[in-house]
Amino acid sequence: MSERVAVRKTYKLFIGGKFPRSESGRSYLVQSANVSLASRKDARDAVVAARAAVKGWAGATAYNRGQILYRVAEMLEGRREQFVALGVPADEVDAAIDRWVWYAGWSDKLSQVYGGANPVAGPYFNLSAPEPTGVVAVAAPEEPALLGLVSVIAPAIVTGNTVVVAASPAAPLAAVTLAEVLATSDLPGGVVNILTGRLTETVPTLAAHMDVNAIDLTGVADAELAADLEIKAAENLKRVLRPAPADHDWYADPGITRMTTLLETKTVWHPKGV
Amino acid sequence: MRTIRGMTATTTSARSDLSELGRSETALRTFLHGLPGVDQVGAEQRAAQLGTRSIKTTAKAEAIDLAIRMVDLTTLEGADTPGKVRALAAKALRPDPADPSCPHVGAVCVYPSMVPYVAEVLRGSGVHLASVATAFPSGQAPLEIKLADVRAAVEAGADEIDMVINRGAFLSGRYAEVYDEIVATKEACGDAHLKVILETGELATYDNVRRASWLAMLAGGDFIKTSTGKVPVAATLPVTLVMLEAVRDFRAATGRQVGVKPAGGIKTTKDAIKYLVMVNETVGADWLSPDWFRFGASSLLNDLLMQRTKLTTGVYAGPDYFTLD
Repeated sequence: MSERVAVRKTYKLFIGGKFPRSESGRSYLVQSANVSLASRKDARDAVVAARAAVKGWAGATAYNRGQILYRVAEMLEGRREQFVALGVPADEVDAAIDRWVWYAGWSDKLSQVYGGANPVAGPYFNLSAPEPTGVVAVAAPEEPALLGLVSVIAPAIVTGNTVVVAASPAAPLAAVTLAEVLATSDLPGGVVNILTGRLTETVPTLAAHMDVNAIDLTGVADAELAADLEIKAAENLKRVLRPAPADHDWYADPGITRMTTLLETKTVWHPKGV
Repeated sequence: MRTIRGMTATTTSARSDLSELGRSETALRTFLHGLPGVDQVGAEQRAAQLGTRSIKTTAKAEAIDLAIRMVDLTTLEGADTPGKVRALAAKALRPDPADPSCPHVGAVCVYPSMVPYVAEVLRGSGVHLASVATAFPSGQAPLEIKLADVRAAVEAGADEIDMVINRGAFLSGRYAEVYDEIVATKEACGDAHLKVILETGELATYDNVRRASWLAMLAGGDFIKTSTGKVPVAATLPVTLVMLEAVRDFRAATGRQVGVKPAGGIKTTKDAIKYLVMVNETVGADWLSPDWFRFGASSLLNDLLMQRTKLTTGVYAGPDYFTLD
């Protein structure tokens, strides 16, 4: 009997719940695998997919979003060994799973912590409620490949935003494999879109895109590029999360800043009628 | 394309008789059923092939501006109000308020009752004012009422009338009735241009589309238009191809040029450019002008504007920065 030939995986992009190749047809060799090299047009397509998903995802109940994030943790748990085989340390996979659970819990609690009744001098009920900002572009941190990625995606989507993520160029396999987890977790297509390839190609397009509402520059290590991206983002007043410091501890308690930066506050003045 | 060459030959030999066809039902039927059949697979394949052309940079910029000039900015809703159509007319004049170099659209297309409000805004601007008439969209009303509908729209200021053919009569083979209605409507139009809506989605076959196109042109239509936009199947590339071939052959046979207007379902710049490629490849540059080719559309304009903005600024535009209607 002849020896079996293993089926090698093609690592593709994740856009609108599907796994397309780059429209440019390009790929690059990294981590001993061929990975799609996303172009600016892939970034454009991803924004279209993310925008289309906003209505359904932001309109879902917070409880439902929390359930789905928890489901992601379940699916990730089941694929633990696969990530370890890709070279992700076991404790990092565990931390990533726990992070999904941690953010899942926040889904229906954040508006109580971050919103609420305001005391005003007048016959009004004055209430502030946080709402998702819309489409968020994210430059994922270079390291740690999985925990860093989860730590930027989860806080953005738990509140109802949809994201276009530029994955770490040097370690994209964990990102593409995470996309496979997301695709099997009841997460509606388009809520998370993952682009692999050069940050310098996709992120400036996203930063300048007028249909993107916020940008998270966490993974942009080059200070000059980060400044340029902030200038681009200012054109339509995107909310900006600044790059993380090089010594940022991804294992530490993340706090709620990542979630709250990507929210809009809606305040309602309701007459008391007395 | 062989069938088409055959057809041109037939029609050229029949050139002298064409004006006489309307006189009898039999002559019309003989002529229309004598038109060669459309090669369905061939037409669809040809349309699909023409849709694969890559139009980039300066050619794309030209195509977008041309497409904007060809748009019949349309609102045909029961919920149309004077305020809404005025806003639409204002948009027709200056589609992109941020860029004065953006051309105005070809026309505004509204229901007859909304014509006076639009006419106020468009007067003297060069943007045409089209109105659907003849009991749009079904065409199921007595002839006198349809003609009164047309006259009212023209009197109110419409200079283009979009009529619907009587599909019931056409499909049951009463070609003379359809012909006479178009002739009567054309007369009621006076100086206004007449666009004849074939409602291809209800004609079922390409052969019928070809026959209806010829019938409308023989009866004096200035434009043939695919659809009302009120039935599930609207403009498609193959249907438009068949109609373009018909206007090309009609000009070869009679010397009179007739325009084409696909309407309904054309929503993106990419779609619009596919149509322009097809016009150029099928009938040539003579038709690449708003006088001879129009897009019946509403949401298409915003996509054209977003693509135009992308080309001028280098930054992808978002729908938040363009009006909803």
